[in-house]
Amino acid sequence: MDKICRTEIPQMLEISKVVQEAKGQKSFFFRKNIECRPGQFIMVWLPGVDEKPMAVSYHSKNGFAFTSHAIGAFTNKLDSLKKKDRIGIRGPYGNSFSPKNNACVVAGGVGMASLSNLIDVLKNPVVICGARSKQLLIYLERFRNKNIIAATDDGSFGRKGYTTDLLNEILDKSKKIKIVYTCGPEIMMKKVFEICEKYNVECEASLERYMACGFGVCGKCMIGDRIVCADGPIFNSKQLSKMPEFGSFARLKSGRKVTLKEFHSSKMVW
Amino acid sequence: MLQTNLCGIKLKNPTILASGILGVTKESVGRIGKNGAGAVTLKSLCHEERQGNSNPAMFGYKNVFLNAVGLPGQGIDSAMKDFQRLDNLSVPVIGSIYGYRIDQFGDVAKKMASLKPAMIEVDISCPHMDYGKPYYADPALAAKITKTVKKNSGKIPVSIKLSPNVYDIKEIAHAAEKAGADAVTAINTVAGMVIDIDAKKPILANKIGGVSGPALKPVAVRCVYEIYETVKIPIIGTGGITYGRDAIEMIMAGATAVGIGTGIYYRGINVFSKVCNEMEAWMKKNKIKNLDEMRGVAHG
Repeated sequence: MDKICRTEIPQMLEISKVVQEAKGQKSFFFRKNIECRPGQFIMVWLPGVDEKPMAVSYHSKNGFAFTSHAIGAFTNKLDSLKKKDRIGIRGPYGNSFSPKNNACVVAGGVGMASLSNLIDVLKNPVVICGARSKQLLIYLERFRNKNIIAATDDGSFGRKGYTTDLLNEILDKSKKIKIVYTCGPEIMMKKVFEICEKYNVECEASLERYMACGFGVCGKCMIGDRIVCADGPIFNSKQLSKMPEFGSFARLKSGRKVTLKEFHSSKMVW
Repeated sequence: MLQTNLCGIKLKNPTILASGILGVTKESVGRIGKNGAGAVTLKSLCHEERQGNSNPAMFGYKNVFLNAVGLPGQGIDSAMKDFQRLDNLSVPVIGSIYGYRIDQFGDVAKKMASLKPAMIEVDISCPHMDYGKPYYADPALAAKITKTVKKNSGKIPVSIKLSPNVYDIKEIAHAAEKAGADAVTAINTVAGMVIDIDAKKPILANKIGGVSGPALKPVAVRCVYEIYETVKIPIIGTGGITYGRDAIEMIMAGATAVGIGTGIYYRGINVFSKVCNEMEAWMKKNKIKNLDEMRGVAHG
């Protein structure tokens, strides 16, 4: 489909509400009706600071929100914003999860934000969420009526251990789960994907790379010949299996390929 | 019908991915080739690694696209390891280079030449870099860079990419030709700015950027038309080409091949095959057998 007269210019929108979701994690709400599918993201512009992709974490006909974890210069600045402040938004961008029955969702940290709209539309999903400790887990109240199980590194809530331990046990015990959706640290997602392969269960993962445009033009977010912002950010098992860089390498702003560890220590994503 | 000979390089069609869009990874070259491009220009590389500007670095609306990515790139040394060679890919690859100092243009050209691209394009015209004195606006400096790059490129043809942000683009094209350039690429983006009146700030983090997209096309067609009357070397006409008609217009202005960059934004990555199909349809309807019949016909 041709996209003539596109408009991808940020619109300054007023923050209608700020919700503290967990330690260092806030949701910023906007009263604007946007068309958005589960797993899509928006570009958030703080004039004079930077512009970054953020998953749409709440979506209804009355508006939308994104949820940010304050861990870098950009997200710290976001953290200081209050109701009625205005910031620039464009999007949504990217493809979306394909909701199916008999699903399991595996969320690591603020990765839960890009899975939350999916959880809202899934039929009785098993939701595994994990974080370093209880105070970092988001949406526990929002999803209190869901079948939610947690893992924390320090054991302060749910199981002491990793989300992937729980996934392994669930897939081992029951043949009911047909698809696993995941978002979180890439090392975790890689593990989730490997477990899914082992049990022959379909997997969809939401990947993150440094982005500039958000609409498939700048080439900064490429993994091989895949453009994460436009072909993704959601990739399925078949696609993930053809991505040697998944879980291992990413490209810096400059385009240089580095290990995931070096990529994350560069802090350019946040 | 669309076969094009550019400085001895045989292209299946005249559409070339312009530098700065997507050409970051080796795998992306193959994908753009699959989507119909006759050749692919890599994102520009210089002697060092550059992270480029903060975001927003690009956005578009209606017929206008702005970017100020700030020439990010992994640097030629890292690229040599990453790409290994450029002569064994599914489409001809054009290596785009630049430097800060004139001698650096030479060093980068030499390293790029060792990867065996089909052509080397020299970016003397990016509007975002502060060289002290802009190379793109000074015929003597443009000539000096051309000579330096030619000396370091062996038999690989060299195209000089020109900026429209000058008083007289003809004299720069003429200087490049006299200094030994095998082609010129015209044009780079026009310097521009968009201010968000609600934020009360320019949207681009760099404030000033380059304007591309359909709005740039009349400027590019004018430049190619003027250059065609001044030089004999081929012109890669670039700027706002979105449809087959735009490519034909550019060829009628005198272009040998056409660059497409922002067209990907407007029509998707398969813009190349779309443009080619539209060109062929128009040519069939008008009983034109090849591009030579149309090239430069708008003159005189």
